[in-house]
Amino acid sequence: MATEHNDIETALNRRYEAGFVTDIETEYLPPGLSEDVIRELSAKKHEPQWMTDWRLKAYRHWLTMPVPEWAKLKIGPIDFQAISYYAAPKARPKSLAEVDPKLLETYDKLGVPLHERAKLAGVAVDAVFDSVSVGTTFRKELAEAGVIFCSLSEAIQEHPELVQKYLSSVVPIGDNYFAALNCAVFSDGSFVFIPKGVRCPMELSTYFRINAVNTGQFERTLIIAEEGSYVSYLEGCTAPQRDENQLHAAVVELVALDDAQIKYSTVQNWYPGDENGVGGIYNFVTKRGDCRGARSKISWTQVETGSAITWKYPSCVLRGDDSTGEFYSVALTHHAQQADTGTKMIHIGRNTKSKIISKGISAGRGQNSYRGLVKVEKSASGARNYTQCDSLLIGKKCGAHTFPYIEVKHPSAIVEHEATTSKISDDQLFYCRSRGLGEEDAVSMIVDGFCKQVFKELPMEFAVEAKKLLEVSLEGAVG
Amino acid sequence: MLKIENLHVSVAGKEILKGLDLAVRPGEVHAIMGPNGAGKSTLGNVLAGRDGYEITAGTVDFGDKDLLQLEPEERAAEGLFLAFQYPVEIPGVNNTYFLKAALNAQRKYRGESELDSMQFLKLVREKLRVLHISDELLHRAVNAGFSGGEKKRNEIFQMALLEPRVAILDETDSGLDIDALKMVAEGVNHMRSPERAFVVITHYQRLLDYIVPDYVHVLAEGRIVESGDKTLAHKLEQHGYAWLDERRVPERATP
Ligand SMILES: Nc1ncnc2c1ncn2[C@@H]1O[C@H](COP(=O)(O)OP(=O)(O)OP(=O)(O)O)[C@@H](O)[C@H]1O
Ligand SMILES: [Mg+2]
Repeated sequence: MATEHNDIETALNRRYEAGFVTDIETEYLPPGLSEDVIRELSAKKHEPQWMTDWRLKAYRHWLTMPVPEWAKLKIGPIDFQAISYYAAPKARPKSLAEVDPKLLETYDKLGVPLHERAKLAGVAVDAVFDSVSVGTTFRKELAEAGVIFCSLSEAIQEHPELVQKYLSSVVPIGDNYFAALNCAVFSDGSFVFIPKGVRCPMELSTYFRINAVNTGQFERTLIIAEEGSYVSYLEGCTAPQRDENQLHAAVVELVALDDAQIKYSTVQNWYPGDENGVGGIYNFVTKRGDCRGARSKISWTQVETGSAITWKYPSCVLRGDDSTGEFYSVALTHHAQQADTGTKMIHIGRNTKSKIISKGISAGRGQNSYRGLVKVEKSASGARNYTQCDSLLIGKKCGAHTFPYIEVKHPSAIVEHEATTSKISDDQLFYCRSRGLGEEDAVSMIVDGFCKQVFKELPMEFAVEAKKLLEVSLEGAVG
Repeated sequence: MLKIENLHVSVAGKEILKGLDLAVRPGEVHAIMGPNGAGKSTLGNVLAGRDGYEITAGTVDFGDKDLLQLEPEERAAEGLFLAFQYPVEIPGVNNTYFLKAALNAQRKYRGESELDSMQFLKLVREKLRVLHISDELLHRAVNAGFSGGEKKRNEIFQMALLEPRVAILDETDSGLDIDALKMVAEGVNHMRSPERAFVVITHYQRLLDYIVPDYVHVLAEGRIVESGDKTLAHKLEQHGYAWLDERRVPERATP
């Protein structure tokens, strides 16, 4: 049937919409990693000496570290000498008005318009293309509110005192293998500073795009919310469709002072590789929030649909008394994708609270692991945690695994853990279909229902986006 | 409009339906009775297109379509509705949202314009009024945590909204209190029309006092073994199925 053929074709084309390449003149550092490369990278970015030294220190430490192998992931060997650590469009505009139209077009296509006419209402965007930030919208409006939102490179030049004070204060340079590597070679990322008492007047968002071939993206984000401030930050990511694996090793640090709140949302849609597991992004990310102040709150929400491998544990260090940490996660693995993701909630302050809602979806041969640590230190009297960890299996060849770790050193702590594993049952599917819904619509509806608790934490536009992404990612999962 | 001829169906290698014939014309109400395990739900499931049944012989025509060639969702859009004996729960999926998606999928299949939220809600209100259902159920997830009776009411509500041409009700009366039973019957009676037919599977004559059938059939051992008018149901109620067996013995004896 002609129509059926068309449907399949659109489905195929739709599968990874962000898979295109932008043809733009790019400046690279040649592949390879050494102290010289790091010095060159630092010089290219006109960094102060303290920054160069910081990078070198991290690099030397990294050399002594073994590749971590504890995750339930099968990772091919990564040749760090074959990767280029810097790729950037040649033309370096001074403002958004001068940005290469091709770049603007790229972001248009990805649904993140940057230019004046079409800017997303109520969302300021920092666009990171390969190794550099190509522009940030709504700067003036934000500056008026006292909010600093710029690329981290710029912040190093213009607000060195803030960067020096907070950089690696949450994730120390030797924290883990990929974080150490990131310190050595990170090229750009976003910097956010919300001053005391300010409620950030709009959503802030960074859109990461890998374009260049054979490069890694090592971005770094630092968000500081001073006393009584509030910010909601969104992060999106995509990459072209390629047969080689590309490495993405990011670090995100959040600092919340007294009564401050940070809401951090991610929709991760890096290229996942094809049905047979060829290509795709290796996504190794260290994300940690420090609830440094009393009554502060950090909330992570993530929807992870992309990447060949996802290794990521957005965590909260609940240092301040009465502080709160939250983690809401949907992680989907289809075809040959693998995810080992979860969170750590470290209770240090008194009456600290944490909540973990994790929804893992596995289809095809996808392998999905939840790994979570809830740790209650001796000092954390009255600590409370609630963890709910649900897995949904679609088909028979996929897997779901749960690794909860609980360490409690204060007797007054209340730690609750609930876990379920379910399958999309034939009964559910048939019920939906007997009411007129097509099979794929039925699956995405059931999956959407499964993810409800997490989606409702996302800002509206992102929730819609996330739902669509899940639908596309699950195409061909049944039947 | 629904014509079943010589239908043979096996499940897991065991033959359940053994040459079933049934013709349903527009406007008619057929009641199907029969002992446990006779194959009544199997018939409903096969007609609605559930997987796992092997159809070894027979044909089913639905209007001008070969029903057995259609996917379940196509059968629905063609106007076939099955009210399940055991409706399933779909956690997290809002009941109203589910129904709107289902109705619009059917409309799209039929080349009709899809309803927007306002139009849909108007339709919902209309149906609620007729059925005396509280709209509280609509705000919850599909069947999730519904009581047995609430699930059955929800099936009838779905039927009312989807306006099928043929509705098969599989023991929709089981487990209902007397008020709910009346409500289900009212729902059906309200929908009776010269264009629409019903196949009502039930164990109890009581339902048929409210939904008066044109025909009553007895399904036993994979076949319709007896058909008659509504008085047949009364006889069954009095005598039980053994009475039928006795009557059939002579037939069976002849080779
Ligand atoms: N999936 C299956 N595997 C094996 N046997 C099955 C399966 N489904 C149905 N059967 C068998 O088929 C026969 C008919 O079942 P069916 O559910 O159609 O009966 P019924 O007439 O609806 O009974 P009841 O009045 O109890 O609802 C039963 O013996 C049942 O055990
Ligand atoms: Mg039955």
